[in-house]
Amino acid sequence: MFKGRAFKFGDGISTDQIIPGRFAHLRSNLPELAKHAMEDADPSFVSRVKPGDFIVAGANFGLGSSREHAPLVIKMAGVKAILAKSVARIFFRNAINLGLPVLICDTDKINDGDELEIDLEAGSILDITNGVKLGFGKIPEIMLRILDDGGLLAYLEKHGDLKL
Amino acid sequence: MGKTLSEKILSTKSGSSAQAGDIVVAGVDLAFVQDTTGPLTVRQFRAAGFKQPAGSLKAAIFLDHAAPSPNRELANDHKLLRDFAWETGSLLSEVGDGVCHQIVAESLAKPGALIIGADSHTVTAGGLGAFACGMGSTDVAVAMALGKTWLRVPESIKVVLSGRFASGVYAKDLILYLIGLIGADGATYQALEFGGEALSAMSVPERLTIANMAVEAGAKVGLFPSDEVTRSYLEGQGRDGDYQPLSADDSASYVRTIDINLAELEPVVSRPHTVDNTAPAREIKGTKIQQVVIGTCTGGRLDDLAVAAAILKGRQRHEQTRLVIAPASRAVMRAAIAAGYIETLLQAGALILPPGCGPCLGLHQGALGNGENCLSTANRNFKGRMGNPEAFVYLASAATAAASAVTGEITDPRDFS
Repeated sequence: MFKGRAFKFGDGISTDQIIPGRFAHLRSNLPELAKHAMEDADPSFVSRVKPGDFIVAGANFGLGSSREHAPLVIKMAGVKAILAKSVARIFFRNAINLGLPVLICDTDKINDGDELEIDLEAGSILDITNGVKLGFGKIPEIMLRILDDGGLLAYLEKHGDLKL
Repeated sequence: MGKTLSEKILSTKSGSSAQAGDIVVAGVDLAFVQDTTGPLTVRQFRAAGFKQPAGSLKAAIFLDHAAPSPNRELANDHKLLRDFAWETGSLLSEVGDGVCHQIVAESLAKPGALIIGADSHTVTAGGLGAFACGMGSTDVAVAMALGKTWLRVPESIKVVLSGRFASGVYAKDLILYLIGLIGADGATYQALEFGGEALSAMSVPERLTIANMAVEAGAKVGLFPSDEVTRSYLEGQGRDGDYQPLSADDSASYVRTIDINLAELEPVVSRPHTVDNTAPAREIKGTKIQQVVIGTCTGGRLDDLAVAAAILKGRQRHEQTRLVIAPASRAVMRAAIAAGYIETLLQAGALILPPGCGPCLGLHQGALGNGENCLSTANRNFKGRMGNPEAFVYLASAATAAASAVTGEITDPRDFS
């Protein structure tokens, strides 16, 4: 069960906005890199986000580059889950591989700053601020197992191989 | 029921009868990283206790995004990657060799192969009939070690191409048009599979440009059949043995079919800050441009430089417009020098960068100033893409780029003979 605040973003937030290429030289210095999370979408994000908060986005979140540093800096900023109407393919896989949940739901019902309570096992999202309850879309079984194990490397350590 | 190209390749690679929607574990032929995603791959590879890439695949490291390294942090990343390549016997492509996707096309990609790269434009090799797919650093680390990866077999959109391009219209205009038509998430989780009678006259470099941008519509792969055009390209690369014919079954099932008559297309430009924000070049003529970039894995091949040189021959860049050229590979640059294109471009006032990604992703070699407009033959124009969220990137063909470099504003190349 996670509880935190919603940080609302619009449609089409690209990986270039999540972690711009001009910070490529910091990719081997993750604590420094993470200071720039979401910088070109909301420069104040890092100073305002608290551990346990959520990113709540529109359609096609994370489009663009394959850079795993995009979900990585979001996770390092303390975000516990990303809620979006839809998410780009590579970003989705990368987030799950890092153990960061991505939940597909109707984010129009959530406002910026709302308090949310998310129960991954029950599959429910409660917007405490406005009382709205939401479900979220199913993800493939193999991704659920990777997520449950805490990411792809933890999954491999447990199972020793990719298992369908 | 017949199979799409995606289903065929993933059936072979997984040893099963794969159908759209299935999850398969499939053998990987080539797993590669570049210098901005590779260091994390190496760290994840080592964190998992892996020692060597699987013997069943080729592992490759490309130093192309920050080539040569602009600062000590990226120099240290390069050092980490060189050491890994030498320790593991992986293929190492050095700074100055060129962009990973161009080198993969020139020397590594084969029809029917499964290619996984830690770079979203890995889809480029779909132009040669390879199921080539971008993934993140950890996925590629695991694929390198195990020689396999898991994949959801995508549904396919069939794009049927007929006719021939009119003068001044190129493959880049086609793919920008298609992305504008279906949107930046128009093919998310799906494959774009190209077919139709136009393919018999469509070169492999043109196919690579189209496949390269499949990801800008969200697609997992942009696939072309392997045909006589593919065969003659591979023969030209001295890789006759890598050829096999490959096509979708006539009875394959598609989620959507899109028919495009190439003869009806015109020059297209993507406007800031999304690739699907397209307009005919003629409609935004006159937009002032401070920098033109001709290069990258999308628009830096020999045919792009040939088109640019033809337009710029005997002309000069506009005095308020910088012209930056980044050939896609060493082979492209050598051929462009031999053909005289580089001399023509230099005479026109161009700056020639070493083969590599150049200014495309904003980490060096031509970052933009506040309020500046850039017209580029690359594949992305997201906010902040070229090093500055206060700048604006437009995308177009090499012809539109070259014509605009002369006038200093967005120009329809058909107005420019």
